[in-house]
Formats: sequence, structure tokens, C-alpha cells
Amino acid sequence: MTGNFPYLVVGILFVMGFIGIVFEKNLMKIAIAVSVVEAATNLFIITLGYRSGGSIPVWTMAGSGSSRMVLPTPQALTLTAIVIGLATTALMLSFAMSIYRHYGSLDVRDVRRLRG
Amino acid sequence: MNPLSVVARTVCNLFAWFLAVFGIYVIVHGHLTPGGGFQGGAVVATFMAFLLVAHGGRKMQSWVRKELFTLMECIGLTVFISAGLLGMSNTFFFNFLAKAGGLFGSTVPLGPNPGALNTSGTIALMNLSVGLEVVGGLSMILLYMFSGVHPEEPFGREETGHDR
Amino acid sequence: MSWQVHLPALLLAVPLLGAFLAPLTALGGKGLRNTWFVLVSAAFTVIAFLLWTRVGSTGTAIYVMGGQGWNLALPSGMSIPVRILMEVDAFSAFMVLLSAVAALAGALFSIAFMDRFSGLEKFVALYFLMVTGMFGMEITGDFFNFFVFLEISSVASFGLVAFWRDRGEALEAAFKYMLVSTLGALMVLVAVAFLYSKYNVVNMATLGKVIEWGMVEKTALVLFLTALAMKCGAVPMHMWMPDAYAEAPAGVTCALIAVSQASLYGLFRVTYTIFGAFMGSPVIPWVIIVLGVLSMFIGVSMAVIQKEVGRLIAYHSVSQVGYMLLGFGVGLLALSDARAMAEYGFTALKGGIYHIVNYTMYKGLLFLSAGALYYATGCRNLNDMGGLGRKMPKTMVLFMIAAAAIAGLPPFNGFVSKLYLYESTFAVHPILAVFAMVTSVLTLASFVKIFQTAFLGPALKKFENVREVPGTMLIGMSVLGVAILALSLFPTWSVNHLVEPAAKALVDQASYVGAVFAASLTGGGL
Repeated sequence: MTGNFPYLVVGILFVMGFIGIVFEKNLMKIAIAVSVVEAATNLFIITLGYRSGGSIPVWTMAGSGSSRMVLPTPQALTLTAIVIGLATTALMLSFAMSIYRHYGSLDVRDVRRLRG
Repeated sequence: MNPLSVVARTVCNLFAWFLAVFGIYVIVHGHLTPGGGFQGGAVVATFMAFLLVAHGGRKMQSWVRKELFTLMECIGLTVFISAGLLGMSNTFFFNFLAKAGGLFGSTVPLGPNPGALNTSGTIALMNLSVGLEVVGGLSMILLYMFSGVHPEEPFGREETGHDR
Repeated sequence: MSWQVHLPALLLAVPLLGAFLAPLTALGGKGLRNTWFVLVSAAFTVIAFLLWTRVGSTGTAIYVMGGQGWNLALPSGMSIPVRILMEVDAFSAFMVLLSAVAALAGALFSIAFMDRFSGLEKFVALYFLMVTGMFGMEITGDFFNFFVFLEISSVASFGLVAFWRDRGEALEAAFKYMLVSTLGALMVLVAVAFLYSKYNVVNMATLGKVIEWGMVEKTALVLFLTALAMKCGAVPMHMWMPDAYAEAPAGVTCALIAVSQASLYGLFRVTYTIFGAFMGSPVIPWVIIVLGVLSMFIGVSMAVIQKEVGRLIAYHSVSQVGYMLLGFGVGLLALSDARAMAEYGFTALKGGIYHIVNYTMYKGLLFLSAGALYYATGCRNLNDMGGLGRKMPKTMVLFMIAAAAIAGLPPFNGFVSKLYLYESTFAVHPILAVFAMVTSVLTLASFVKIFQTAFLGPALKKFENVREVPGTMLIGMSVLGVAILALSLFPTWSVNHLVEPAAKALVDQASYVGAVFAASLTGGGL
């Protein structure tokens, strides 16, 4: 039962982030919401790879102590996803900054020159 | 961004260096301990962020140039891809240095051990190059974001584009 | 063993090297940078062509990154592939070839088009990164790398869309595009995680072999479908597409089209190769068909009322993506039924695949000629243009070729692929064919409008000094123009050699799975 708590957190974070992306009006808050969804995804993957009582997945340690190891693949996947998340967040914040200088506002209702 | 108070600057001068040292440690031990090129590079870039916050951007820009960071990025990435291409006799990204003796070429000892730095072949080399790249890239992001922020100027000043 | 086994790796390594060295070549001045831009573009096009011929002659190519041997997919008796695997079947090779041609044309066009701007070394680097991501999506053999390459191409293209950052509109378009893309990519990642949680693999071939039909797989499939349909611009989430395509520099848009085709490739790889066995129930195929019809119709009706050249052409992209979704959806509907497949499914699939190559070629050419108009006149609005036909005759001819092809006038290539689609969709339901034909007519109408307003009519006083665009831009446009003419003049050859192998490879799931597991039997260091 308690083992499923991380998935609950993942679900709550994902929904919160999604609601933020859809309903927030401020570009900065939208960028934060995207980061929240990213965090939920990363937490999801890392939880999938966890084995309770497992040791770190290092090959030279394999013979000694516990033979259970947490899965290394999800950790590699998460690491890559974090790096990508950093790039997108930095770019998104830079865009928000530049948009503010052009439009004088961060409100999505004002940033609407392209329509139709 | 204006410089912070003299207290903050002094503390920064003393302690920011530990960040740089720790970051370099994480990069160099990337193939042995948790961490690696990206994480260590991010720590070193935090050192740059410290300097930027404490001393203000104007001073920072007089110390380092953006071209330096571009160069670091290019060298890091080129070394990375060259390490991949040199393994081409087998496959792309083949670890041709591992167990071959020489630099990073010794075999990994079995069982729990403090970690031998001279192992793991191209992985260590790639960690170093990725570390170099990430330091350059993240510092450049910081500097560019700084040059985008001019709180003293009113909004509405037209952005300078790429027009020459 | 010839060096050609390394082609899949070279396909990624060459543009990557091009991107990383681009800022350094800028130190050598403008000439060196432009030479580098053209040289690397030509190199990856040649590699893509060689890869295509190799896959055509020796069958599905696999490549193990960092392995002891290039085909050692299962080292030391493992039952699932453990390394980063590239797998190129005929469909991938076909996509790679046409993406490379589009990227080459965009690069050639960009040299003169972007010449008056600064920051070009970054432009070149981002362009090559985008191309790398696109190729990676098309040849990768596992889902996680699909996500990584998707993000590489997306992040690079955000930067390129916002290249004219002195225009607020460009930044707005880039932000919108970025939001949709990032959310889509995260959904892909969640879907990959769902599949990983059950099967402990991310390899496509292995998944295709072991997959069953349950709640986890359904969730993953829905996430994949939503995310990739968003990325390729199908209707409910198409808003980013006209904005980003119209605001990006023209040469970039030409390559962006190929990038969105790579998302489409991912969509079909997922539905056909991984979930192909479970398409007996018609729900998913019909969802794709309905999405396709909606995209076709809404896209074209939005296009007719546009006044900006770029936005008008970009809305047509939405409707053209609809054609492909329609064709592939009908093919998917017939996938588990051999008789229906022979009767109409395979024709629809051929139509869809043929439409991909046609669309990439003529849409790229349309955007390039819109860019040429902008370069020569400096205006984007159709109402300000007129009488440019005399000033820019070569651009006019190239535009005419592309417009005739997209409208599906015989004997151009658009006609052939649309004919396949009409024939096959009529067998499923006549209303689909009716929608496709109405869309085609409206497409013709809107291109007649552009042609008539921009090129015909009396010469305007303010355009007295307008000249034909520089030679390199014309060469870039001619690459696509010649491709369209070749596809139009040799329809039988292109269907037999270009389209049919790709369609067969897409349907034949067993050979995609088998290539990984068979290659390892012969494995060993080579």
C-alpha cells in the first residue's frame, strides 16, 4: 500500500502541472507548470526503477552485500530527461523575458498578435 | 543587476571557490561516483552564478568574455564526438581506450574498492568533455539572461535583432 | 565487410560534427562558414542516399552504437538488446532520404536569404542540430532515444523559429510551439515509462515481439497518439503550426516540414509496428481517419481566408497532414484483414506514403518561394503585392510548379498520390473521398489567389527596384523543383522504387522485429 504513494504524488503533480498550463494566464507561471509536469515525469520513471532494499547499481559492488540492485536504466533515462528539461526551461524563460520586452506584459491575453 | 553589499561579496570571494573545486571533483570522478560531466558542470556554473549575483553583471562581463564560453562549448563537444568517431574501427562510440593500458586504460578492480581513477576508457574522457561543454553552455545562458535583464531601463525599448 | 555498415552512425555523426564545429568555422569568416554549411548538408544528403540504396539492396540495416561489432545486438547471450540500437528499414530509409533533400534545399536557400543577419554561426549550429534530431527520430530503434531526438530537434527548432527576435510575433509563435512540443514530448516520455514498467524494455523491436493488449498498453497508445498528433499538427492542436511556419525564416520552415514528418513517422511506427497486431478493433484507425478529415477540411477553410502568404501556405500544411493521416488510417483499418488490405488498404498506404514525399517537396518549395517574395519585396501581406511575375520570372515558374502539384493538377505528382487516396477511401466510405476532393478544390482556389495577386496584374510603382533573388536561393528552390518534376514525370518508377518498398516495410512487422534478433545470431566482432 505505502509503496504506491509515490505514484499518487506523480498523479497529483501531473494533474496540477497540466491544470496550470491550461488555466494560468501568466507566461512565467506557465513555464513553472511545465517544470512541474517535467518533475512528475521524472519522479514517475525513477519510482518505476526502485526496488525496496536494493543497493546502488555498480558492477564492482555486485558480489558483495545485497544482491538486489535498483534498476540503472530508469536513472539514466531520468538524467537525460533532466538535462533536456534544463534546456527547455532556460529557453522558455528567455522567451518570456523577450516577449515582455516586446509586449510590455506577460499576460497571455495581451500576447495575441497572431490569430486567425 | 547591481552588486550586493560588501559582506555578501566577501563571503562569496571566500567560499565560492569551494563550489568550483567541488564541481571539478564531480566532473573528474564522473565514472566512479554519482555525478558526471553534466552535474559537475552545473555545479561549476553555479560558481559563475554566485559571482554574477554578488559582484553584479557589469564586473562579471569585464572579467570573462562570452567568446571564451563559446570556445569551451565547441572544444568540449568536438572532443566528445571525436572520441566517438575514433572508435569507428568497431562501431561509433566504441570504447577503444578501455583495458588498453595508458590513459584511462587499466582494468577495474573487483569487489568494493575506493575506485581507480585510471579506468573506464572513453567514458572518463567524455565526462571531461561534457563537463567543459556544460560549464561553457550554462555560464553563457547566465550571461545572456543577464544581458536580457536591464531593470534600470523602461520597457518598450526595441529589442536589437540580428539586422546588421 | 564494407564501410557502408557504418552509414546509420555516420548519418548522425556528420550533422552533429557540423553543428559543433560551426561556431569555430565562423572565425574563418563568412566564406568558410557558408562553405561548411553547404559541405555538411551535401555530405548528409549523400549519406542518406547511400543508406537508402543499401537498405533497398540488402534489407533492414541495424547498427549497435558502441558495441563490439555493428550487428552485435544481443551480446553474451542476452535475450533483449541492451545497447543503443539504430534500425533502418525501407520506410525509415525513405523518410531519411526525403528529409535530407528538404534540409539540403533549406540550407542552400538560407545562405543568401540569411546573409544580411548576424549570429549566423549559431544559426548554422542549430540548423544542423535540428537535422540530427530529425534523422535520429527516423532511424532510432528504441523509444527512449526517440524521445531524446524528438527533444533535440524540437529545442533546436524553437531557437530557429525565434531567430528574428526583433519581431514580437516570432517570439510569440516560438513560445506557443514550445509549449505544445514540450508537453507532447513529456507525454511521449510518460508513455515510454508505462511500457517500460510492464516489459522492462524500451527497444521497439522487442516491444513489438512481446507486447500484449491491456490497460497499460492502451494508456501508452493513447499518450503516443495524442502527443505525436500534436507534434505533426493534426487539427485540435494545430494552432502552433501556422504561427511557427509563417514566422520562421523560410529555409528553416523547409526543414521544419521534414521535422514534423518525422513525428508522423513516429506515429506510424507506433501504430503499425508496435501495436499493429491489436488494430482489429476499428476504434484507433477511425480516430486517425476522423482527425485526418478534420485537419484536411478545417486547415483548408482557414487557409482560404488568410492574407499573409506565409500563414496561408502554413494552413495548407494542416490540411495536407490530414491527407496523410487519412491514408494511413485507412491502411490501419485494413491491417488485420488480408482481403481488405489487398483490396484498398495497401493502396491507401501507398497514397499516404507517396503523399509524404510529395508534400515535403512541394510544401518546402512553396515556403521557399514565399520566402523569396519576402526577400525581394520585404512584405508579407498579399494585398500589398502585385505584378511581380515580370520581375521574378524564375521564382514564378518554380512557384507555379509547386502550386500545381499541391492542388493535384494532372500530370503533377500531387495528382497521383491524391488519386490513390480517393480510390481507396471511396471503398471505405464515399464521404471520405468527397471530403478529400472538396479539400483539393479549395486548395486550388487559394493557390490561384496567391498566384494571381502576387505575380499577375500590372507592375506596381513601389516594386520598380525588385530584382530576381540571388543564384544560391534559386539553386535551393530548384533542388525541390527538379524533385517534383522527376516525381511527376516518372510516377511508375517512383511508386515502384520509392513508395512500395516503404509501404511493404511498414506493413511487415515481423521483419522489423526479426532483423534485430536475426542479426545477433551471426554476431561477433566484424
